Amino acid sequence: MGKISLEVNGRKVEKEAPDNTLLSTFLREHLQLTGTHIGCDTSQCGACVVHVDGNSLKSCTALAADVNGSKVTTIEGLETNGKMHPMQEAFKKLHGLQCGFCTPGMVMSAVDLLQKNKKPSDTEIRDWLEGNICRCTGYQNIVAAVKEAATKM
Amino acid sequence: MKDFNYHSAKDSKEASKLASSSSAFLAGGMTTIPSMKLGLATYKDLIDIKNIKKLSGIKVSGKSVTIGAATKHVEVSNSKDVKKAIPSLSSLAEGIGDPQVRNRGTIGGSIANNDPSADYPSACIALNATIHTNERKIEAAKFFKGMFETALKKGELIEAIEFQIPEKSSYQKHPNPASRYAIVGVYVAKHKGDVNVAVTGAKSCVYNDKEMSKALSGNFSSSSIDGMDLDSSEMNTDMHASAEFRASLVVTQAKKAVDAC
Repeated sequence: MGKISLEVNGRKVEKEAPDNTLLSTFLREHLQLTGTHIGCDTSQCGACVVHVDGNSLKSCTALAADVNGSKVTTIEGLETNGKMHPMQEAFKKLHGLQCGFCTPGMVMSAVDLLQKNKKPSDTEIRDWLEGNICRCTGYQNIVAAVKEAATKM
Repeated sequence: MKDFNYHSAKDSKEASKLASSSSAFLAGGMTTIPSMKLGLATYKDLIDIKNIKKLSGIKVSGKSVTIGAATKHVEVSNSKDVKKAIPSLSSLAEGIGDPQVRNRGTIGGSIANNDPSADYPSACIALNATIHTNERKIEAAKFFKGMFETALKKGELIEAIEFQIPEKSSYQKHPNPASRYAIVGVYVAKHKGDVNVAVTGAKSCVYNDKEMSKALSGNFSSSSIDGMDLDSSEMNTDMHASAEFRASLVVTQAKKAVDAC
């Protein structure tokens, strides 16, 4: 057991957790932030993507202990005062989701892309989303949503 | 995942002091954590080394590029210094896994793991790298011993990898479309006097193809290896590619690399 201190979505949290607690487990089961999804649980599908100190990572493949002291943003942390983030708006507007299971990871990954590349091309969007799998195969609208969000962010 | 004790080491000395026969060093964890989750590996202690400042960073001198073991793939691919000194090394880093893996995975971790399809071991062989550990310096040619096996002793920690800057070089990978691991990857580097042709993904461990190296050292042109019939008896066969296909791919990728130099 060890103490995990994080800033999650702007809120300081401190909790005891076993050393083998994954970041995804810590977020979902210790903090009840279930917007972060567990899809494959083998670091391939990207449904669990969150931001740690501003960079996207797969939370099922990081220990809570090994991001100790970091700032974490999850899908729940994107909205401001009940208003959706432009990326969420664009996904809604352009039907960038079908079943919605991959969406939190897609959105978090795409937000990270736009932080690093304000006007990505279609190819750059597709390359970047390589680690996010949509089993409904709704990629066309996902790419369109990311492009739309780029005009708003 | 079975329980273990997590430790964060302040320096190399503390890290190797904590090491035992049932411990592992943790850097990016991109292989270690999935292996532990799948029960392929179990450790009593995980020793996190990524907070050791000395292990991160990139230094370029006239003849070499030295990269700290805990430097992330994204740092290597974004480094202007690496892009200028050895552009092929920067593009290799950019082709590893996906952005989230590159944000986390480290060069030292990749080399210590020595996956038969990993990218970085081929760079070490092609660029005559020296692996600096907390105990000694090891030439890349003597470092990669076999499948997932290296010359590292228990508790020995990679601190940095020093790559020799070549005259020309290129890394060409035929990636697995899902994982981006190399089905076959060939790193060609032309140094003063000789040429290295490092091959990953084809056999149980990265190797320098002597036949192609010799041909290219004589005449550095893709025509000198065109149609070369490589022995496929030790090459891997799996659902993605047969040994014969891999043997042919090695030549194809090597030719592409020479042409891209």
